Amino acid sequence: MEEKYTLRELMICAAAREISDGDIVFVGMRLPLIAFVLAKKVNAPNAIGLFENGIIRSTPSPSLIYTMGDPPNLIGATHTGEMLSVMAYLQQGKVAVGFLGGAEVDRYGNLNSTIVKSGNNEIRLPGSGGACDIASLAKKVLIIMNHEKHRFVKKVNYITSPGYGDGGEWRKSVGLTRGGPAAVISTKGIFDFSLDGLMQVRSIHPGLTADELRDATGFDLFMTNEVSETQPPSKEELRVIREYDPSGFWTGWNPKKSGETNAG
Amino acid sequence: MPVSKLIPMKEAVERYVPDGSSIAMSTFMEQMIIYSAAHEIIRQRRKNLTLIGPISDLLFDQMIGAGCVSEVKAAWVGNVMMGSAYQFRRAVEEAVPNKIKMTDYSNLTMALALHAGALGVPFLPTLSTLGSDLLGENESLIEFNSPLSNEKLVAVEALTPDVAILPVQRCDEMGNAHVWGSLGISIDAAKASNTVILVAEEIVSPELINSDPGRTLIQGFQVNAVVHEPWACHPSPVQGYYNRDNDYFSEYHKETKLREDFEGWLNKWVYGVENREQYMNLLGEGKIQSLKIKKSALSAPVDYGI
Repeated sequence: MEEKYTLRELMICAAAREISDGDIVFVGMRLPLIAFVLAKKVNAPNAIGLFENGIIRSTPSPSLIYTMGDPPNLIGATHTGEMLSVMAYLQQGKVAVGFLGGAEVDRYGNLNSTIVKSGNNEIRLPGSGGACDIASLAKKVLIIMNHEKHRFVKKVNYITSPGYGDGGEWRKSVGLTRGGPAAVISTKGIFDFSLDGLMQVRSIHPGLTADELRDATGFDLFMTNEVSETQPPSKEELRVIREYDPSGFWTGWNPKKSGETNAG
Repeated sequence: MPVSKLIPMKEAVERYVPDGSSIAMSTFMEQMIIYSAAHEIIRQRRKNLTLIGPISDLLFDQMIGAGCVSEVKAAWVGNVMMGSAYQFRRAVEEAVPNKIKMTDYSNLTMALALHAGALGVPFLPTLSTLGSDLLGENESLIEFNSPLSNEKLVAVEALTPDVAILPVQRCDEMGNAHVWGSLGISIDAAKASNTVILVAEEIVSPELINSDPGRTLIQGFQVNAVVHEPWACHPSPVQGYYNRDNDYFSEYHKETKLREDFEGWLNKWVYGVENREQYMNLLGEGKIQSLKIKKSALSAPVDYGI
């Protein structure tokens, strides 16, 4: 029988699989913290993790962390120092993968984590942090998002982190010499981008239909007739994730009701 | 004989943080956030401050909610574990308790602004923020063509704060400080600022500091005041001294969602105590014990011998 898993566990696995062995990874907050650990232990043992507060790791942190500045993230690090000491590698173009999230993403992969509109009101969000830098400078960006109609919008209210702008040669025209989003891993599916920079469906998560995906998206999604199903987590992947986050803080997995999914 | 700069926090804030100051704080990013200084500034009812920092954690939220702040220059203002910070939101969205001007930076452009200040140059170039709305809205980020290659670059204007308030693990009474761990942009903040207040977990001898000059990242000649205050950064962690108080971040999130609840929080934890020692008594021995370092991880000594 196939093992049950949570939606977040599925997304963590999808994110980890995007990391290749030997990659220098700009590890973000939340789910990517675990995706990096999973990649290190399963598919990319030689990946290097950079954290913008000034930490470089070649091994996963010895215990669960909630923020990149938690003391376990410094134990056994290969370097701890200044932000510019890690941002240097990002600006040079040495960072293969960076993870980002946001409140809004549009069909060109532009992200907003600064200010959104809600009716006539504006809601102020925390802001860029390092997101704009990662979006500008990493070779490849992976976006992790909750998939809801008000989050997958035609045009973001504010470009915190540039994707493909309005498509085509936009990045080059504004002076961005590399990068751009390679994939979006949402709570409903995985998406990549056409040569013109338009978001297209790569796979739909198990149990969901193409119509459900369309209904939860605020723009026309490009979808071929043969869209595949997202590959579920393997036993090995689930074992590693649950060993690292035994209480399910990040994954929503409830160890007391083993097997019960707790989506979202 | 060098003169000791050791003074109490109350006096450091009275002397070096007047109304209208621009202050670099929260520069270590998620570790070593100097809450004790923020609380003293709130108690002394400072007004019209400009806060400068990359990822501010809850410290900016508390100072904004208390009405001390008129301007924020930052990359991220929120609760590092929970997301939004409600006092910051209320100030921007509803001008409660007062209107604030927010200028958005990215982490790298904030680091470069202070690095330019530290180097004594008017700006530094970057490839970041091109194509973003930060570039359009932040007047300290200006696109230009490189005079060498004609490629597009962004000039990040130098920031030179009036004062930097920085926690350190240990320093001598003159302010020569050993700091280790994730430093964020603290060392540049110290160099770029006109006045520097250090808040040390431990005061040690100059001989101890001089035994490992590679770890002396802030020089005494940069420093105006040294405050000795253990646990100054609770609820954030200080590597080698205490761990993060994870519960605090979720409790604060719940306890300060409404303005009146935030005022209650402020009355209890800031106005209700006179100094850090009383704050720690209020926090209680059980909590303190639970946050103490359980297992040391000492580095190997290095040999500077001749």
